[in-house]
Amino acid sequence: MVVNIPKPDKELFNMLDEYKGIFIVACGGCPVGCDSGGMERVKELEGLLVKNQKKVTGNALIDFLCNKALVGSRLASHIEPLRNTDAVLVVSCGIGVQATASMIDLPAIPANDTLSSQGMQGLWPSSERCAGCGTCYLALTGGICPITTCSKSLLNGMCGGQHDGKCEVEESRDCGWYLIFNRLKELGKLDNLKKIPMLRDYRKLDVPDKERTTTRWALEKTEVYSETVWKQAEEKKEA
Amino acid sequence: MSRLQESLKKGTFTITGEIGPPKGVDLTHCWGEVEYIKDRVVAINVTDNQSSVMRISSQSICSLLVQKKLEPILQITCRDRNRLAIQGDILGAYAQGIRNILALTGDHTTAGDHPGSKPVFDLDSVSLLTAMSTMKDGKDLAGQELEGVPSDIFCGAIVTPGADPVEMQLIKMERKIEAGAQFFQTQAIYDPKVFEAFMKGASRFKVPVLCGIVIIKSAGMANYMNNFVPGVIVPDGMIQPLKDASKEDRPKKSIELMAEFIREIRPMCQGLHIMAMGWEKYVPELLDMCEL
Repeated sequence: MVVNIPKPDKELFNMLDEYKGIFIVACGGCPVGCDSGGMERVKELEGLLVKNQKKVTGNALIDFLCNKALVGSRLASHIEPLRNTDAVLVVSCGIGVQATASMIDLPAIPANDTLSSQGMQGLWPSSERCAGCGTCYLALTGGICPITTCSKSLLNGMCGGQHDGKCEVEESRDCGWYLIFNRLKELGKLDNLKKIPMLRDYRKLDVPDKERTTTRWALEKTEVYSETVWKQAEEKKEA
Repeated sequence: MSRLQESLKKGTFTITGEIGPPKGVDLTHCWGEVEYIKDRVVAINVTDNQSSVMRISSQSICSLLVQKKLEPILQITCRDRNRLAIQGDILGAYAQGIRNILALTGDHTTAGDHPGSKPVFDLDSVSLLTAMSTMKDGKDLAGQELEGVPSDIFCGAIVTPGADPVEMQLIKMERKIEAGAQFFQTQAIYDPKVFEAFMKGASRFKVPVLCGIVIIKSAGMANYMNNFVPGVIVPDGMIQPLKDASKEDRPKKSIELMAEFIREIRPMCQGLHIMAMGWEKYVPELLDMCEL
């Protein structure tokens, strides 16, 4: 299970500021298990978008967004509404956002922040990676993650080690910021580079216990574990 | 105000040098290099675990240079320390009389002699510049007030004129200026035309640029740089004469080639940053040839 939580509304609308027509793509997998996705959230987001003077061009709930081939084939049937769309709002973990971004020529905006992948990288892992940094930057980076594609996880553009589009660490490895630069250039969004926050908040790497218990695995753990802990506490009290 | 800042403010064509601290505590060789260049440069860069190879800390050597009444440029990379350590070092450096600080992201740890060590990169060149600017205004990155403000830090940054895409270099350069960069030293460059094209884009920022050169000692070194140093291109026109020269004539030939390049780029920028890489003894002669 990849644990992800909704981004705060304010952050969401900051990211969507310049876009009018929004298409919502939602994952039917982990976000449903985390109460941060599924059709219920899509409807909620639609209402929120309309209330904020956005035009919702359509939606698609796909199982699962980490399966790129599935995303591509399902979105093909929405080609008409997507033509009238300025940005796609993706309700999923960071992998789903990256996978969706790689299948469309539109900016992909994450609706969620990913906290932890519990050792898993999506159910159908491909080249996309999510570090569960808790502050999804994909809206500003053309749907390519700077944390996992850049060997130094830089936020402020490529370092001096980039050469012929490759990383200084490994000859065959793509420079993440070179990919991001080219992607933003294609999207006409190079200005995004000036908007990325300069500092990371590493507290977000540590998943709050409240969020850990949103997974089924953790629920089981909570039931068994907290019962034991509770019992032990009671016993201690009595003693 | 540091001498470097004063010199650039006056509009004088400003020359800086560079030394690499040794791996070990014997500084004889290091001071020998300093001796050759100290009267010809305004300030001396001291590298920070250059190429991710562990050495004496940049700050210690800078502090010793201050004691010798010389002016250092403290290089700080973001590879080895987090934002607490770096800010602490900045305050410590200032308290020791160091004023010029050059912000770099730093090579990856895997490039050096401790390849298994943790790459930190909590900050990068841009956020490090932001940290310095914030501190100059009396607060740290967390917004806490400082007791005694390091208001005279002179913030530097680097840029690679030969990088491709150069558009990204200029975007990042602008971001560094917004974050507080007051001067730039460039990665080594050898093609005046490439430098001219770069300066066309960069001069609109009105921040002084010191053109960087690494003295090319041999054709082998040139080829190495072409193959392994990103953004650095040594043109064939420079390699062939070095290949043709006998071993004894090579320094002379090298200095001639460098002097020719320096004379060409001099009108395009505000200064020169010489990385002699062990050939410090030829620096005075080189500058004489350029009438600098």
